[in-house]
Amino acid sequence: MRLDLTHIQRWIAPGSRVLDLGCGDGEFLEILREQRQVRGTGIEIGEREITSAVARGLNIVEQNLDEGLANFPDQSFDTVVMAHAIQAVHYPDRVLDEMLRIGREGIITFPNFGHWRCRFYLSTKGRMPVSRFMPYNWYDTPNIHFCTVNDFEALCEEKKIRILARDVVGHTEGKPMLASAWPNLFATTAIYHITH
Amino acid sequence: MNLPKDANSVGIVAPTVARFEEPLTLACGRDLPSYEIIYETYGRLNAERSNAVLVCHALSGHHHAAGYHSLEDKRPGWWNECIGPGKPIDTDRFFIVSLNNLGGCHGSTGPKSINPDTGQAWGPDFPPLRARDWVNSQARLADYLGIECWAAVVGGSLGGMQAMRWALEYPQRIKHCIVIAAAMKLSAQNLAFNEVARQAILSDPSFAEGYYDREGSPPTAGLSLARMVGHITYLSDNAMANKFGRDLRSGSFDQGTEENVEFQVQSYLRYQGSQFSNSFDANTYILMTRALDYFDLAREYDNDAVAAFKHAECSFLVISFSTDWRFSPERSREIVDALIAADRPVTYAEIEADEGHDAFLLPIPRYLDVFRAYMRRVGTAS
Repeated sequence: MRLDLTHIQRWIAPGSRVLDLGCGDGEFLEILREQRQVRGTGIEIGEREITSAVARGLNIVEQNLDEGLANFPDQSFDTVVMAHAIQAVHYPDRVLDEMLRIGREGIITFPNFGHWRCRFYLSTKGRMPVSRFMPYNWYDTPNIHFCTVNDFEALCEEKKIRILARDVVGHTEGKPMLASAWPNLFATTAIYHITH
Repeated sequence: MNLPKDANSVGIVAPTVARFEEPLTLACGRDLPSYEIIYETYGRLNAERSNAVLVCHALSGHHHAAGYHSLEDKRPGWWNECIGPGKPIDTDRFFIVSLNNLGGCHGSTGPKSINPDTGQAWGPDFPPLRARDWVNSQARLADYLGIECWAAVVGGSLGGMQAMRWALEYPQRIKHCIVIAAAMKLSAQNLAFNEVARQAILSDPSFAEGYYDREGSPPTAGLSLARMVGHITYLSDNAMANKFGRDLRSGSFDQGTEENVEFQVQSYLRYQGSQFSNSFDANTYILMTRALDYFDLAREYDNDAVAAFKHAECSFLVISFSTDWRFSPERSREIVDALIAADRPVTYAEIEADEGHDAFLLPIPRYLDVFRAYMRRVGTAS
């Protein structure tokens, strides 16, 4: 399982209701169902991903996040998760609002564009970074709203969103000392547990 | 037995007729004193009787959903693409029951049957039916077959409406509700098309107020016209363009000729109409379109679909097709949204398909994939 997903599992209470925005093939929801007995719903638009997730026995709704989430009632889920998807939506700020309208708590993970490798790549090559984590070219990337750890925290402050916890995934295996100390520079993936 | 032309077929099948002597009280207030239901089954009922799937048919459907009636049969049942070994409704796993609804004209009691009170065919005097009457009669059939709870009730179009009604009327007797290309109620446009279809039949002089069997011959011209109108609404603009374009069947556009041209689409529609009008009963068509018009899932729940679905205890699969303008994806999303708001488990897929409403009958790869993927959970313990 992707490292960010193992990190966020512990923030999800057993037996709770979880909405996973951009759930992909449902890997995470399946683990939550098996290990935490959550009642999960996934939202996805990828055709193959939907079929895979449905085959796992998950409840998946084909819906485009860019067209809103108005069909989900206020506070109808305990936790709304969006893992590695916020950078791909048209209006990340609105999705963030919606997450905390629909859920009591939100969990967000995203690739940190402030990572030193990104900065190094951009400053030395003068070109948009392409890496193992961000394997796309600028013109064909689904990631249209990259942000840094500092950007995200500034948005949370502006929106009066409370950060319950922050976690990071660094470049190396094991405990990310550097990334914990200087996340904006050393976190490859940022992980936030948020609420109002 | 498999026919060589279709390796994944259920093979040769034969219908059975079940007779019910206990009166059925209908939504219209009348009692149907006794009645017969013709049905087919595919696959085997397991020892726990937990793998039964009910297939509900659409407007002009019937019990023959899969396989062939004889080796000479040219066409298989109407949902052969979805029912069979390894198909979405897998006959290696499920016991499938497919019936002809009451009021039908393929062997279940309907307008062509004899009214015991008069000794003559019911004709137009057959009581009007609603989807709930079908669901109630299907529940009787389930009792008769010893099926306490359906692993799934499945239907496309009007069949999907019956599946939803099942979920509300018999919440304990249905585990999964599969609703394909359906709606919670007809739109004004849908009602209008049905009215045109009925008027086509009613205005055929042969119709004789519905007593055509007594008075002479059936209103094939009117029924054919009704079917032609219906058929147009089942296809998309693109589907018709791709299939026929402006191709000619006869005549030419050359200057200096007076002969009328005949487009391929004209001859196709007339052929469809004529085939249909020779195999379907006009009174049944009127009855079925009225049942369709009447259907409104939430009417008795203060027109609140969320309140309605709170009565359901099953999981739902909802599927729509992008170019279906008879029951558009918006109608399916209304179902999905109401289910979400009612906190019911729901899976929804909107299938990109050119074929319009008819797509639910066709082997569209993504449709079959999602349907098959969902069916994997049906009939399992969880």
